[in-house]
Amino acid sequence: MDMTQAIILTIMTAATPLLLAAIGELVVERSGVLNLGVEGMMIMGAVAAFAIAQITGSAGLGAIGGLIAGMLFSLLFGFLTLTLVANQVATGLALTILGLGLSGMIGEAFIGLPGLKLAAIEIPVLADIPFIGRLLFNQDPIFYMSIIAVIGVNWFLFKSRAGLRLRAIGDSHSSAHALGVKVVRTRYLAVMFGGACAGLAGAHLSIVYTPQWVENMTAGRGWIALALVVFASWRPTRVLAGAYLFGAVSIGQLHAQALGVGIPSQFLSALPYLATIAVLVIISLNRRMTLINTPASLGKSFVPER
Amino acid sequence: MKKTLLALAAATALAGLSAPATAEAMDKVKACFVYVGPVGDFGWSYQHDQGRLYAEEKLGDKLETAYLESVPEGSDAERAIERFARSGCNIIFTTSFGYMDPTNKIAKDFPDVKFEHATGYKREHANVATYDSKFFQGRYVLGQIAAKTSESGTAGYIASFPIPEVVQGINSFMLGAQSVNPDFKLKVVWVNTWFDPGKEADAAKALLDQGADILTQHTDSTAPMQVAAERGAKAFGQASDMIAFGPETQLTSIIDDWAPYYLERISAVLEGTWEQSATWAGMAEGHVVMAPYTNMPDDVKAMAEETAAKIKSGEFHPFTGPIMKQDGSEWLAEGQVAEDGELAGLNFYVKGIDDQLPQ
Repeated sequence: MDMTQAIILTIMTAATPLLLAAIGELVVERSGVLNLGVEGMMIMGAVAAFAIAQITGSAGLGAIGGLIAGMLFSLLFGFLTLTLVANQVATGLALTILGLGLSGMIGEAFIGLPGLKLAAIEIPVLADIPFIGRLLFNQDPIFYMSIIAVIGVNWFLFKSRAGLRLRAIGDSHSSAHALGVKVVRTRYLAVMFGGACAGLAGAHLSIVYTPQWVENMTAGRGWIALALVVFASWRPTRVLAGAYLFGAVSIGQLHAQALGVGIPSQFLSALPYLATIAVLVIISLNRRMTLINTPASLGKSFVPER
Repeated sequence: MKKTLLALAAATALAGLSAPATAEAMDKVKACFVYVGPVGDFGWSYQHDQGRLYAEEKLGDKLETAYLESVPEGSDAERAIERFARSGCNIIFTTSFGYMDPTNKIAKDFPDVKFEHATGYKREHANVATYDSKFFQGRYVLGQIAAKTSESGTAGYIASFPIPEVVQGINSFMLGAQSVNPDFKLKVVWVNTWFDPGKEADAAKALLDQGADILTQHTDSTAPMQVAAERGAKAFGQASDMIAFGPETQLTSIIDDWAPYYLERISAVLEGTWEQSATWAGMAEGHVVMAPYTNMPDDVKAMAEETAAKIKSGEFHPFTGPIMKQDGSEWLAEGQVAEDGELAGLNFYVKGIDDQLPQ
């Protein structure tokens, strides 16, 4: 493996958890729900994946466990905001705080243990393509799922009837409700999908990226994912571009430092954020398109009229 | 020593109010700790918490403790420290460099509470003490081991923030390495965080990709050790013994042992003998401990043990001249040893480090 391949591989590893968490949140927000609890769901996924992998001895089961843990945790958010109609912003923040605390408590027994790593799956024939074969077709299952999720969500939102309904709910839940669309049920499903994606993103951290459990190991990645969704103006392909750009600049700046280019490291550390925001803002400059893509009832509670 | 302290503490507690000389002695003390990371980081904050638990175990009923973890440096820290001061803590340990100003600010309003700030240098009020460990002593040994075992002649250094403590470490590591191989190369990457396993792992990968075959870190997670293990490189642990994360990777680790200091200072509050002080202890006092030397040939191990013994006995100081600054000007003349005060404010590299120190 040459150095370029090694660098690209590092970038892909760094981008995968951001991409997964962001694509899940994108679906949630497209349905009109703002879940700020991504960080909390991610960390719950991370601790569950690590714990289950340790107990069962299978990293694969760990990944599934992380996904389920994120989904269950998101159900708590769903119950509070959709059934009890609590404020979404406050509930989301509470979910993050709860997740960080609860994961620390659950994970206490697993501190200082080396973890299991989810093995890469080589796809026959395709993996032999020069250069890109090793990069794209010899990866861990969570990477494949992140790419499938982007393609799937893009198709679902813009090509399927169910996706059209979901977007309609996000734009005007009252109108959708008047037309007979099941607003609360659809939103529950969207929130659960978001939770599953965030949980899997967390699992990626604790069984692929850095196979270990340490408290607070998400270190703010849930918030970056949230920001990516907004700056990508709720388009799946732009979320993909944003996550990889963020990954590329964060890894690139580390390499620049190791080479000794002499740019202040504080500036280099800020660069991934600046670059990603700048690029996504520029590609979203068309205001009319941005307005069309913004879910109009984002963050508003829905109480069905009887 | 510890036993006498305990006996003394017990005696004074029994004597109570009847003994005028120990009028300030207390029956029970509440010690509070502010940590920058989670106690489960298995690095910096973990080691401080081990010290807290040790003191608790030794003092039993006479000590009550409380801690706050993952407290951000800056104004959040001020609130955390103030909350502790108001809640009846007798002594508060603030365990990160960035708590320096908040600690001094709160100390002014609570003259009866003792404040202990780790790794800082400001003691603006009589009730503020500072303490630190001479980690650079261990770093010199690491540098020597790195230069002896590296095949590429290049080590990678994952650095957190450009504060004196970190700069001392980089310089000392390089001086140790140069004592073995004058042409040794050191690549430094600043991650601008104390704790972010993902970012630390990324930095580790970048350094290995660029030809380093030994990693050392001044950040708090075990992620770089794991990356080195995966890539078949070698690495040094940080703050705690990280051998579990790289059984065939870890060469040694600098262990921060705060336990003796915490017991001593808390006991002093119990006895009423606490005084402001600036402690900067190292290997000799048992604050800096080297983990077992592993995964290296016997001659390297022997050299490391010899150097560590010399530093411990005071026979050798890592910052002994002649030492040039990075720009080639002279810092320390032949045989001259750096003053503690100068090291505490160290803000330049020694010659041979190929990096620009962020200012």
